[in-house]
Amino acid sequence: MNKVLSYKPFGEQAILIEWAQYIDDQILEDLLRFKERIQKERTHFIADFIIGYHSLTLKYKTPILNYATEVETLKSIYKKDAASKKKLRFLWEIPVCYDLKFGIDLEEMALKSKVSIDEIRSRHAAKTYTVFFLGFLPGFLYLGGLHSDLYFDRKPTPRLKVPKGAVAIGGKQTGVYPCSSPGGWNLIGKTPIHFFDVSQQQPCFATAGDQIKFIPISLDEFYQLEKEVAENKYSIPKTLVHD
Amino acid sequence: MIKVLKAGFYSSVQDKGRVGFAAMGVPVSGAMDAYSSDLANRILNNLETDAVLEIAFGFCAFEFLSETTICISGGSFSPKINGVPVALQTRIRVYKNEVLTFGHNVFGARCYLAVKNGFLTTSILKSRSFFQNITQQSLLCKGDVLPVGTFTNNTDSSNTSVKVAKEHFESQRITCSKGPEFDALSASQKEIFAKQSFTISNDNSRMGYRLNELIENALPSILTSAVLPGTVQLTPSGKLIVLMRDCQVTGGYPRVLQLTNTAINQLAQKKTNDTFQFVLKE
Repeated sequence: MNKVLSYKPFGEQAILIEWAQYIDDQILEDLLRFKERIQKERTHFIADFIIGYHSLTLKYKTPILNYATEVETLKSIYKKDAASKKKLRFLWEIPVCYDLKFGIDLEEMALKSKVSIDEIRSRHAAKTYTVFFLGFLPGFLYLGGLHSDLYFDRKPTPRLKVPKGAVAIGGKQTGVYPCSSPGGWNLIGKTPIHFFDVSQQQPCFATAGDQIKFIPISLDEFYQLEKEVAENKYSIPKTLVHD
Repeated sequence: MIKVLKAGFYSSVQDKGRVGFAAMGVPVSGAMDAYSSDLANRILNNLETDAVLEIAFGFCAFEFLSETTICISGGSFSPKINGVPVALQTRIRVYKNEVLTFGHNVFGARCYLAVKNGFLTTSILKSRSFFQNITQQSLLCKGDVLPVGTFTNNTDSSNTSVKVAKEHFESQRITCSKGPEFDALSASQKEIFAKQSFTISNDNSRMGYRLNELIENALPSILTSAVLPGTVQLTPSGKLIVLMRDCQVTGGYPRVLQLTNTAINQLAQKKTNDTFQFVLKE
């Protein structure tokens, strides 16, 4: 833990901690380790953590009375070389049907770029993505690692309703809509997996630091899996990630 | 139990919101004017965490299916029980089949109906606050029957009503501190924030209030980072958005100001075309 961090007050009850302004796996690792330690040592004072690409926001339970002292405490926690227990990280395999039925923007994307529909599909499924954090909607994963050939500007006018499970590309990012929502990203496919399900003890299976891989499936397989998911008979394939 | 005879425009069950789930992308939610909802619970000797009804813009009616005590706080929407006006911030005994109505607006934008031992709609992720895709419903509907806590005929009989300073509803001074990107503003932009009055546009909801005024803006977007209720975002088009209780947990617009807790409660009582000034406290 030896990066240069900046601390800023964020209203009466929160502190914003920022790393250098990059989207970077090392920053994520450092940030998550720091979060674990704060969680352990300041758990009585902190109500919630919000993670961003290069930032960690601590929301306190009550207004912070002495900001400078609190920052000193955090700095000393950051400096400590205590070996924190590493959280288990998983690689989740998410089945995605890239059929034109769901990938309703694929044709237009191929027309506007040098990449064919099949190349968009195969490149999207070839990568392993890192979950940087969750935000925007409950269960929406911010994923890093999209192939630069697949950078597509958001649509000029957002759709009023993007369906739940839609797999999409917006700018330099890719993601899955955990529920139906207005949205301006380009739709390339759909997954039958629930990304946010309040009936489960862990409403979203993935957490920051996990990895995601998209596994192409046919339309028939999609409907089969959709049924299994609805009947609670499907569990997402996962493997433990070792570093 | 309380039956909804008329749901109004935007009525929802709210408590202190969902704390501890931001890392899953779950918004906090909770009563927009926490000051008023806390007050109603306190008058009934309820727990601070008991759920209340938040009624925005009035025009609704409720029938009590059993005897209990209630307290109404926040804005005034001419509350009446069986047609007889009732006071705000006071404990009111209600009986089976009595009907509570809210009509036209006298002041404020939202009122709170607290009931002895709180509303007991389903708690999901440690909160009963309505929120789309988390709770079954996001708005009250006509015909809903809301379970409430058990009423015990106790002896705490004080009926004094608590006065709320007019300032809570009328103050045009919205206090705030610098947001994380405040220092990126130019001197002339900072001066606009210090001097200009701002107007609430008709695009205002539990998620956020857009303001009418445009500020010339060349600030780039930021890497997606935390936003909080009370965060004032400056969009690339120069529009300002004041985020409120149902806001997302992260955003990409520069965060120029951060409202105090008191200011969020006060703004929650303002409506379209109301004006105010940002008052930056050091």
